[in-house]
Amino acid sequence: MPSLKDLRNRIASVKATQKITKAMQMVAASKLRRAQAAAEAARPYAERMERVIANVAGGLGAGAPAPALLRGTGGDGTHLLVVCTAERGLCGAFNSSIARLARDKATALMAEGKTVKFLCVGKKGYDLLKRQFGSQILELIELRGVRQLGFEHADSIGRKIAELFDKSEFSVCTLFFSRFRSVITQIPTAQQIVPVHVAKGGGSSAVYDFEPETDELLLALLPRNISVQVFRALLENAASEQGARMSAMDNATRNAGEMIRKQTLKYNRTRQAMITKELIEIISGAEAL
Amino acid sequence: MAFHFELVAPERLVFAGDVEAVVVPGTEGEFTVLKDHAPLMSMLRPGVLEIDQSAAQKTKLFVRGGFAEVSGIGLTVLAEQAIALEDLNATELDADLKDAEEDIADAPTDEARRIATEKRDHLRELRAALQI
Repeated sequence: MPSLKDLRNRIASVKATQKITKAMQMVAASKLRRAQAAAEAARPYAERMERVIANVAGGLGAGAPAPALLRGTGGDGTHLLVVCTAERGLCGAFNSSIARLARDKATALMAEGKTVKFLCVGKKGYDLLKRQFGSQILELIELRGVRQLGFEHADSIGRKIAELFDKSEFSVCTLFFSRFRSVITQIPTAQQIVPVHVAKGGGSSAVYDFEPETDELLLALLPRNISVQVFRALLENAASEQGARMSAMDNATRNAGEMIRKQTLKYNRTRQAMITKELIEIISGAEAL
Repeated sequence: MAFHFELVAPERLVFAGDVEAVVVPGTEGEFTVLKDHAPLMSMLRPGVLEIDQSAAQKTKLFVRGGFAEVSGIGLTVLAEQAIALEDLNATELDADLKDAEEDIADAPTDEARRIATEKRDHLRELRAALQI
């Protein structure tokens, strides 16, 4: 049976925790609005980019030689998994669900005898994956100091991926991130970015004039496409993270409230029991005289 | 005769609407797109893009790094950066340029120097665009 003092202390500490979770929830809510607007504003660019690539690929014809980034190297022996997660925890299952998706994919690929390499964007994903795949992680890219995510951040990651591809470090690249559906639903997603997944029949059959030549143009277009897809993934991730944190902190605040209610009830009961006990002692003492 | 034109930057949709003509700075020279232009894909060089919404209303923007695509549905320009010329200010740019030069001079690592040099080159392009 805890003493009254213990109960009082416990109630005070839960109240303090509740204040923190409440504050975090409100911060997440205001960040979410900005992140969501940014993610939605970036969608047109990524969509147009996909359409342009589909058009160019469609106009290229089946037999024509295409750059390896578009068509693939032919083999699929080495996979690069780019795992985008948050820099901070306390956002429910957000980080772990992305990491789980990546881990499942990696184990499945390794069971088929393929080589798997990782590129971690965000510290949390790295922490979750390093125990199992420590030696396979090529690099950890931290975006901790970044306040406003700009295209240049995604561009530097995209360039790194393109560079690795040029050095034949991998033949298939998959991007892992969480797609933002709504505040309560974020969908962990795997998206293949190398070779480019071209929607069938999406390209128009129009014959394009190319300035400069097709090869040169595609060589410039494809690495940029990687950056754009990474950028979109990072923005979607940022919105998802805030959404996940908001609902996690909302739950935590509610749980803390429930706990405070229970503990207060217990505290009052104990207090009353003690008063009654003291009274009984006094009365029976008086009777004994 | 109007056609549909879209200018998209990674962060947002900069312009979307019907226009009369657009002058695009392509790598192999500037070209003007009018209605019913033949399908074309071109890379952009850093320069000024001019939108003619009507004879009276013209907008000039600085664009860097990207592509222009003319297809049946109109013209789409994907630019890495798009800034309206009227938002630029020569004295501010000169100050930024000077800062960038200093950054290059005292960059501690090669990586930092590369980034600073890139930034200076971008600023120079902007400055050049403003003089036209």
